[in-house]
Amino acid sequence: MSNGTSQDPPKGAGGTWRPMIARMLAGLRPASARPGGHGSGLLRIFRKRKTFPHGIYPVEHKEWTADKPIRRLPFAPVLVLPLAQHRGAPSQPLVQVGQEVVRGEPIARAAGFVSVPMHAPATGVIQAIDLAPTPEGPKTMAIFLKVYQADPQQVLFDTGHDIDSMTNEEVVAAVQEAGLVGLGGAAFPSHVKLMPPKDAVIDTVIVNGCECEPYLTCDHRVMLEQTDALVRGIRLIMRVTGAKRAIIGVEDNKLNAVDQIRAKLPANLPITAEAVESKYPQGAEKMLIKSLLGKEVPVGGLPAHVGVAVFNVGTLAQIGDLLPKGRGLIERVVTVSGPAVTNPGNFMVPIGTPVRFLLNHVGTKPTLGQVILGGAMMGMSVSSIDVPVTKGVSGIVALERDEDDPARRQVYPCIKCGECLKACPINLNPSMLGELAQAREYGLMAQGYNLDQCFECGSCAYVCPSNIPLTQYFRIAKSINRERKN
Amino acid sequence: MVKGIEIRTSPHLKRALNVQQIMRSVVYAMLPICAFAIWQFGLSAALLLATTTGAAVATEAWFSRLRGAGNTVADWSAVITGILLGLTLPPGFPLWMAAVAAFVGIGLGKALFGGLGYNVMNPALIGRAFVQAAFPVAITTWTPAFAPSRFVELIPTTLTAPFMRPESVTDWIAGLGVDSWTGATPLAMQKFQHVETPAWDTFAGLVSGSAGETSALLILVCGLWLAWRGCLDWRIPASVLAGAALTALPFWLVDPGLYPSPWFVLSSGGLMLAAWFMASDMVASPVTPWGAIIYGVFIGALTVIIRLFGGLVEGVMYAILLGNAAGPLISAWTQPRVYGAVKKARAKS
Ligand code: SF4
Ligand code: SF4
Repeated sequence: MSNGTSQDPPKGAGGTWRPMIARMLAGLRPASARPGGHGSGLLRIFRKRKTFPHGIYPVEHKEWTADKPIRRLPFAPVLVLPLAQHRGAPSQPLVQVGQEVVRGEPIARAAGFVSVPMHAPATGVIQAIDLAPTPEGPKTMAIFLKVYQADPQQVLFDTGHDIDSMTNEEVVAAVQEAGLVGLGGAAFPSHVKLMPPKDAVIDTVIVNGCECEPYLTCDHRVMLEQTDALVRGIRLIMRVTGAKRAIIGVEDNKLNAVDQIRAKLPANLPITAEAVESKYPQGAEKMLIKSLLGKEVPVGGLPAHVGVAVFNVGTLAQIGDLLPKGRGLIERVVTVSGPAVTNPGNFMVPIGTPVRFLLNHVGTKPTLGQVILGGAMMGMSVSSIDVPVTKGVSGIVALERDEDDPARRQVYPCIKCGECLKACPINLNPSMLGELAQAREYGLMAQGYNLDQCFECGSCAYVCPSNIPLTQYFRIAKSINRERKN
Repeated sequence: MVKGIEIRTSPHLKRALNVQQIMRSVVYAMLPICAFAIWQFGLSAALLLATTTGAAVATEAWFSRLRGAGNTVADWSAVITGILLGLTLPPGFPLWMAAVAAFVGIGLGKALFGGLGYNVMNPALIGRAFVQAAFPVAITTWTPAFAPSRFVELIPTTLTAPFMRPESVTDWIAGLGVDSWTGATPLAMQKFQHVETPAWDTFAGLVSGSAGETSALLILVCGLWLAWRGCLDWRIPASVLAGAALTALPFWLVDPGLYPSPWFVLSSGGLMLAAWFMASDMVASPVTPWGAIIYGVFIGALTVIIRLFGGLVEGVMYAILLGNAAGPLISAWTQPRVYGAVKKARAKS
């Protein structure tokens, strides 16, 4: 049985014999024991790794890029910087068309508390402030920056902070000033998370190094290559939140990262690194809290209500790196991978680099059918590869077309196999929700069956043998309910 | 470089297992059982299985034409129903009655509800229940296993003309020269004469009974393979068998002379086949993991109670049909507890 996406490894991914043997073994194992299945689970009882109930084991192909160090690429001719690349209010431009900017210079400011500023990712000239495509389709305002290719591209805006003498308020302000958002994909302004609700006391910082999305290895490389900055960031965040301890949760497919972090952790600090089971969606906040602490975030509550704040490793490494230097976020690590990519890898990419530029660089196969920003499970498929890499984009995954596989696409009625119930990490009943969605009972879905708890992780649609687009049904139902409320 | 990229909604990956593959795996898992049935009962069993399968597929094709929504034969579920039905009938069952059973099973048991995914009960059992009521004699006419002439001649009842009563097989059996033929299955002998057939014979399947139910061992192996492939919820057969064994245990402890041993209960009759291939029918069983266990135990216990105290020799068919009927209710009772639900009473799962 072939697994949905092609199993062909890109060239140069450790020769051809290794994946071939892996493929043969995968064919021998039963569906339940294969990473895609999650059937009996009996064999997993003996594996003593911390984990959460349910979830799925998709084929990850992280080996294509896990050993590839982060590389820099040349600058794209023009960078596209959407004003709304984070959650919250869009930034407001500080520059005019025709103005020259230096790499690192602020070019837009935060519009309120839940908003962040933006910095020039390269030295160049503002070409336009105009509409640009977004992965969602509709266009959004963006600053177009034409890069001076001959410029040495030094970052000139180094004010520098002595982070040890800063007050908590100053740290929060500096995090906002740096334009930091959650780099794991949520793109939620980081400083907001540093100000938990009044009724909550943070005792534990959880550092999310799970990276459970298939194909992506950027967090893995950050943990290996930016360990010092990561530890610095963790210590700073612990101080600001008042947490008594920090736990770095890493999936056990990245044990070298655990070793690396443990080696660099200062003794006598309450920071530990723990391996958790490699299972999707281990990297979801609620799942990781359950895995590491055995606690559940109450329905309608925040992690802060169980005394936890969760930060992605990439975000903390950036905090640890940028704050002492007083710089803004102008680049990030992105994994470019997928079956349709010729030379996958991990790259330090200036914010605003068009996806087309990156894909040209790694090369794509003629079979390319779909380009996804983010991960293959929760990422968004783009309608145009002219969209730029924004702060929240952790990966670009290029998949092959699969029209020639109608068996994958044909939708059957729900056969009540229960696979989706055993996959849903939130413990919903997607089978029932799917039937209600088909009957357009959107209200009942929310009131009787906890629709609002679904975070669209895609596990149910992934396992459904009837190919029912469950997750998409739930997305639509939620948006209809939202409209009805307004 | 890039032309015509597609836009899809997440998730962009999909597990390879689909309905068609699951159904096909179930068919594969039943093939060894069919082969054993044919080896044991000869040509008649082969014709019987071919008839039920053919009739089931034809009925499915006909109804899907009526519905006008594409041909649903390709999902293989009708093949499963056909084979399963054949396996539960006596080997010498008249072919025309078998065809009626298949037609009723697919037509009444499935198509009428709206086809695959909507049937409340297992279609094969609906078919069998119908012929059990309509042809009570034919469905309890047993013939010996391993008759010497089984590959050269048919059991006389097999080719009964439609709407005719099948002739008696007593003389034919007498002419076979099979020693110690009592005309009863191990279940009936236990029930009415309290003679327990040696455990190994019932387990290995060296006894008479319905075409495909005799070898508990073979069924167990095929079922385990299916569970290992992820095409069957192991909870259901496990809890059916546990429910049956635990219900039988106290009676046997009280009076081993009168009541069957749990071991005999598990290995005899149609229980093993029913537990692995009929109770486990995904569509007609509860969708929730705990529901599956309750449903299984219910069926197992009910089967033993019917066997011990009911008028029937074998109760598993009615037990499953009742279980199917209770399925939606059981599902509703056992809705999963959502992550972070505020009442922290049940910390389980
Ligand atoms: S998409 Fe929603 S319903 Fe489906 S598995 Fe994820 S949380 Fe559960
Ligand atoms: S929705 Fe899909 S996975 Fe869930 S019970 Fe139905 S067929 Fe199975």
